[in-house]
Amino acid sequence: MTLREQLREKISAAFYRHGLLCASYPVPIILFTSASILTCCYPLLRLPLPGTGPVEFTTGVRDYSVPSHEPQGDLGERPDWYRGPPVAYIQQVLVKAAVSPWDSSLVTVDVFRSPLSRAFSLLEEIRNHVHSDSSGIRSLETLCLQVTGLFPGLRRMQSVLPEHGCLLVSPGNYWQNQRELFDSDPDLLKTIQKHEPKGLHTSATLRDLLFGVPGKYTGVSHYNRKRVVTYTITLVLSSYDARFLGSLRARLKQLHPSANCSLRDDHMVHVHFKEEIGIAELIPLVTTYIILFAYIYFSTRKIDMVKSKWGLALAAVVTVLSSLLMSVGLCTLFGLTPTLNGGEIFPYLVVVIGLENVLVLTKSVVSTPVDLEVKLRIAQGLSNESWSIMKNMATELCIILIGYFTLVPAIQEFCLFAVVGLVSDFFLQMFFFTTVLSIDIRRMELADLNRRLPAEAGLPPPKPGPLRPREVPPPPRPSPHTITLQTPAFRNLRLPKRLRVVYFLARTRLAQRIIMVGTVIWIGILVYTDPAGIRTYLAAQVSEQSPLGDPGGGGLPPHLGVAPVFRGGDPTSTLSIHPAPDPTPLPENQSQGHHGSARITWGAEDEEGWRRLSFRHWPSLFSYYNITLAKRYISILPVIPVTVHVSPQEAIETRHPQDTRHPPPPIPKVSADLQTDLTLYKVAALGLAAGVLLVLLLFCLYRVLCPRNYGQNGVAHGRRRRGDLPCDDYGYSPPVSEISPLLLRGHSMDIECLASDGMLLASCCLAGQIRVWDAQTERHNIDFVGGATEPECLGSEARGPSVSGDGLSEEEDSYPLRHRTAPARPTLFTDQPDLTPLIDTNFTSQPPSHLSTPPREGFDFGGLVERAYIEHEPPSNSTYPSPSSASSSPPSGAQLQRRPSLGDAAAFLTQERASTAGTQATADWESSVWAMELRGNLIAAGRSSGKLELWDAVEGSLRCSNEDGVSGITALAFLNNRIVAARLNGSLDFFTVEINKPLCLLQYRGAPGRGSMPPSPCYSSEDVISCQLTRSVQCAHQKPITVLRAAAGRVVTGSQDHTVRIYRLEDSCCLFTLQGHSGGITAIYIDQTMVLASGGQDGAICLWDVLTGSRVSHVYGHRGDVTSLVCTTSCVISSGLDDLICIWDRSTGIKLYSIQQEVGCGASLGVISESLLVTGGQGCVSFWDLNFGDLLQTVYLGQSSDGQGVRQLLVLDNAAIVCDFGSELSLVYVPSVLEKLD
Amino acid sequence: MSLTLTAMSDSAVTSGQQQWSGSGPPPRPSRGPYISAITNRTTNLGIRGAMLFSVGVFLALVLNLLQVQRNVTLFPPDVISSIFSSAWWVPPCCGTASAIIGLLYPCIDSRLGEPHKFKREWSSVMRCVAVFVGINHASAKVDFANNVQLSLTLAALSIGLWWTFDRSRSGFGLGVSIALLATLATQLLVYNGVFQYTSPDFLYIRSWLPCIFFAGVITMGNIGRQLALYEYKFIQEKTHQD
Repeated sequence: MTLREQLREKISAAFYRHGLLCASYPVPIILFTSASILTCCYPLLRLPLPGTGPVEFTTGVRDYSVPSHEPQGDLGERPDWYRGPPVAYIQQVLVKAAVSPWDSSLVTVDVFRSPLSRAFSLLEEIRNHVHSDSSGIRSLETLCLQVTGLFPGLRRMQSVLPEHGCLLVSPGNYWQNQRELFDSDPDLLKTIQKHEPKGLHTSATLRDLLFGVPGKYTGVSHYNRKRVVTYTITLVLSSYDARFLGSLRARLKQLHPSANCSLRDDHMVHVHFKEEIGIAELIPLVTTYIILFAYIYFSTRKIDMVKSKWGLALAAVVTVLSSLLMSVGLCTLFGLTPTLNGGEIFPYLVVVIGLENVLVLTKSVVSTPVDLEVKLRIAQGLSNESWSIMKNMATELCIILIGYFTLVPAIQEFCLFAVVGLVSDFFLQMFFFTTVLSIDIRRMELADLNRRLPAEAGLPPPKPGPLRPREVPPPPRPSPHTITLQTPAFRNLRLPKRLRVVYFLARTRLAQRIIMVGTVIWIGILVYTDPAGIRTYLAAQVSEQSPLGDPGGGGLPPHLGVAPVFRGGDPTSTLSIHPAPDPTPLPENQSQGHHGSARITWGAEDEEGWRRLSFRHWPSLFSYYNITLAKRYISILPVIPVTVHVSPQEAIETRHPQDTRHPPPPIPKVSADLQTDLTLYKVAALGLAAGVLLVLLLFCLYRVLCPRNYGQNGVAHGRRRRGDLPCDDYGYSPPVSEISPLLLRGHSMDIECLASDGMLLASCCLAGQIRVWDAQTERHNIDFVGGATEPECLGSEARGPSVSGDGLSEEEDSYPLRHRTAPARPTLFTDQPDLTPLIDTNFTSQPPSHLSTPPREGFDFGGLVERAYIEHEPPSNSTYPSPSSASSSPPSGAQLQRRPSLGDAAAFLTQERASTAGTQATADWESSVWAMELRGNLIAAGRSSGKLELWDAVEGSLRCSNEDGVSGITALAFLNNRIVAARLNGSLDFFTVEINKPLCLLQYRGAPGRGSMPPSPCYSSEDVISCQLTRSVQCAHQKPITVLRAAAGRVVTGSQDHTVRIYRLEDSCCLFTLQGHSGGITAIYIDQTMVLASGGQDGAICLWDVLTGSRVSHVYGHRGDVTSLVCTTSCVISSGLDDLICIWDRSTGIKLYSIQQEVGCGASLGVISESLLVTGGQGCVSFWDLNFGDLLQTVYLGQSSDGQGVRQLLVLDNAAIVCDFGSELSLVYVPSVLEKLD
Repeated sequence: MSLTLTAMSDSAVTSGQQQWSGSGPPPRPSRGPYISAITNRTTNLGIRGAMLFSVGVFLALVLNLLQVQRNVTLFPPDVISSIFSSAWWVPPCCGTASAIIGLLYPCIDSRLGEPHKFKREWSSVMRCVAVFVGINHASAKVDFANNVQLSLTLAALSIGLWWTFDRSRSGFGLGVSIALLATLATQLLVYNGVFQYTSPDFLYIRSWLPCIFFAGVITMGNIGRQLALYEYKFIQEKTHQD
């Protein structure tokens, strides 16, 4: 044992113990895991929340010095971005100007024309201010931020924004800072409005930029009731010079004293801007996230066979996400600060860590045998995959370690996160996910148990069936089929694409939802960016309540000496953001009386007026000059308040001639507030009307576009009643096709074996009767004329002495039965659907005395032919034992090893009547037919005594027999001229059928069938047929062979010993032994195209490559045995003991969907065409559309349907189905399929 | 594993079809012109090519955005135009190249007779695409000390991509040869002055270009192989739609 194997074993054992632990104590482990996740994520609380809003930091002005680049130890609360010089210093000169005292002769334009004109002189003052002291002469030119040209693409702002010089912004920029242009401007508002962007704007407008205060507070409008104009002159400085600024401040204060101003000027605010994500960066980010979600989707959809698919998928995602969070938290805990952009690297981290392990674990656990205990299943599944999990993890760690040695800081950090994430992911997988999986599987088993219980409680009570056996519409069943579709793509194939799109839109109300979401977002943006919106309101509230705000200054009546007449309490309320909430506004004439009402007030909100601006104000101003503020900061100096009083005379002098020409719009007597209220009401009314109109319009559209009964008569999915016509999501139902079963009566007991070669149909019942029917119909496929399904011959009573052939003589002894063709008879199917065999050589109806008579005197056909029209009466009990007594006498131990619901025809036993056993001298009569095959006109019957008999199907004579083996023949395969017999002791015998005369086609059989089945050899009655054992493989299997199939020159055997073997037919050579099942083989499918599928008692289905003997797919679909397997060119269909029919994609092995049938239904399957599946149920057969999983139709076979399941089902070439139905054979003809085939 | 199954079933299907065609009239009803056009092999190739082309164009546009300098993104007046900041012919070229590569890979696989069976799932393909975008991201955003380090790192990442998602000799050979050809073509283009790189360090281009090309070839080949898996299925579905 190498070291590797030792290691592997140890790991496997450790995982096994761990799985046991997890499954035993799920709740404590989940609690422990959650606690550890929370603990590891706790350091994340210290990390700043992601966001793009600016961050502020306030320092004092007096002791300000430019912070150094290097971090200087612990500097208290100094943020880490506060390093190095800022991009710029912002100095705002806040000007409040008013015409004082107000004169009645003044017009509204005067409110802002002369105050604005004062900006030019102020600008002049500021520009020319020079501070000279010992260190030299400094002017604004030396200190200010010199900007170059505007960003290309902003040509339209070229006339407004300064270029190639100091960045100095004021309202004067509208007029190129030239007083002459201002004076000659006839309409100031138009000039200002000219530059405003149209439509919705989310950022700072030019007006905000130039005025420096939000447009609402400037007072530059015709409706300014307060008659105070506010604007700022913004200086952007590149370096800080306290003395120059101090002198400028002093100078301006001296020129324009603000009497009642108590603004604090000792704090400067540093504003740090986060990185702003533009659309150009957003698109790659969004793309990576889309890829991430696609990855998660494609991964989690592979989770299958669990109770709650969604729950496990969620658990998987939670595992990965919380492992990442833990990784970041741990790294933070140990002092590593993340510098990478978390949002950017997150998808890559998820992809690196991956969901694979989780899926592998799930798949491994669900593929353990279902009959084990839950904790054992978990442990076994875990230990199965332990080695691969450990190997993968080691590989990934190695790769990441290599990445760590690239010595690139960013990659190193990424790798560090990934390593910690991988380890914590492993931890979470082992503890969290495994436990969740164990809980899920326990739930599934509980649900299984609940579902199973009523199944064993009993069959559903019998229903009153239809009176006539042909009546198709059955009574609805209480337990409907529920179809669980797992691939939605399969349901969408029926309608044209455009209709599907329309239906999809209508079903999901996609358009409405998109419009709704869009509206909500739009409203949100409006609210957020509106200058009077919630943001500024909140900001103002915060600044008002903050302790930094001036507590006393705002409360003082600010115009003590100036306007004593004005009500004193009022100005306090003007401090709030709401504009002048005067409850009783002054009328115009009253205000005239109060001359000199200069209501210039200074409040706390003016102190940091820039807060009311959009947070994009400064970034956008700088971005015009191609300067980014991302990850940098600016310092905003305290504002310089300037109060300007303009006398009325001056205001009149500065008037433009056109100002008076346009009389001011008549101001209504109601207050401006009321006016705005009115407009608000108007807008609201209009909006309401528009909304109602829109709703009406949409309603009309809806009525026009959508079907009237939309959403009302929808069929409840999955609750479709059996027998109802299927109807898909869109109300489309396939055309109704009349399907009527045709009962073939003749057997007196339950039919056990069915065999067909496309022409003839042989059936064998418990009584030992073999009946042969002509399966080939006439050209008229839809109506059966009388002779069409004429039973050609024989009930050849197997125990009859005439056909015994038990060794003493060969075929000479047996009497050839004369074949009688059917006379022209009236059409039967209208009134008498059952087709009685014309020649009924039922020897058991003869008196028992015949048993001892020689066979030559056997047959009296005359009486039998006369009984042709008489329905076959059930034989009396004296002659036949009841089926129960027959079945209660198992001939050998083989039955014990066999599951009663095995679907394969060959595995069913035909039991010999035991009553006559005593009369027979030879033991052969006690043997029963266990297997039967039909090729050409030869019936091969394998008996429990090990005897192989060949019967002539046409004439009912025994052609030869072979008694070389002693062990019972459990399965037979008959291909070309070879017969393969599997015996109970596990040996396999190859026989060759030799004929002395060349093959000839019998006359009456007509042309060979259309199907893919090769024409079978036919033997005429004159031929001498011998059957010789060519080879006997003694120990083909350790245990009895359960399934034997032959096709394409290969013989495939499946056995109880868990293996499948492939033999070549020609030389009986064993090619492969296929191992992979963990239970006995119960079903095998092989066809001409060498597709081999096997199903076992472990519920697994394996697909094999016949040429190489390798396993190509291994899926678990059933809880319990797989009872039947059929393949089409595109899919594999399996049915199991759990009453589930699973449809698998053949190429990928993915389960497409499964159909849950009702409990206790048969396990027989048949594929009629590529898209039509037929299953046998309790007294009925159901047709399914394979593409959609729809139940097409259920055909009830007869009135005595209940309790009799269809156990065997044969699909004939002409799209007819033959199934056993108690003692009757039922021929169900599917005309629609035939039309398709033709 | 699943690929052998596919190959097997494909071969089984073809042989089955041959048998059908051999034994008399075809079992299916005659198909309409639309269906026959869809199930046509050429048309199917065309559809796959179109899908690959669109994927290539999309990736070219997105990855080009990654290369855009970040300091102009704050307030670009022409945000939309920056998406199409490269020359108009670059995305179509990338799309065509990816279509060719994506069709070439399954073709070569079938020619060599060694079907690619390693991790044939959509989730794996998505992982591959994500890693490819990540490599581009790293080349654009991560600050490396020098160009040699950058190139070596990207080369290691690309090889890792191949080892993780492909592991086939044909894939490696095709990737290397196409990467060399594409690098050569870019050199010629730059030499003739069609466009320029801002800071060329490898003759006329950036030295990490071959690695990116290699990773792109592996990725597109992965997508192409996965799409080719669905060829048969696609035909089946289309047939059912009739």
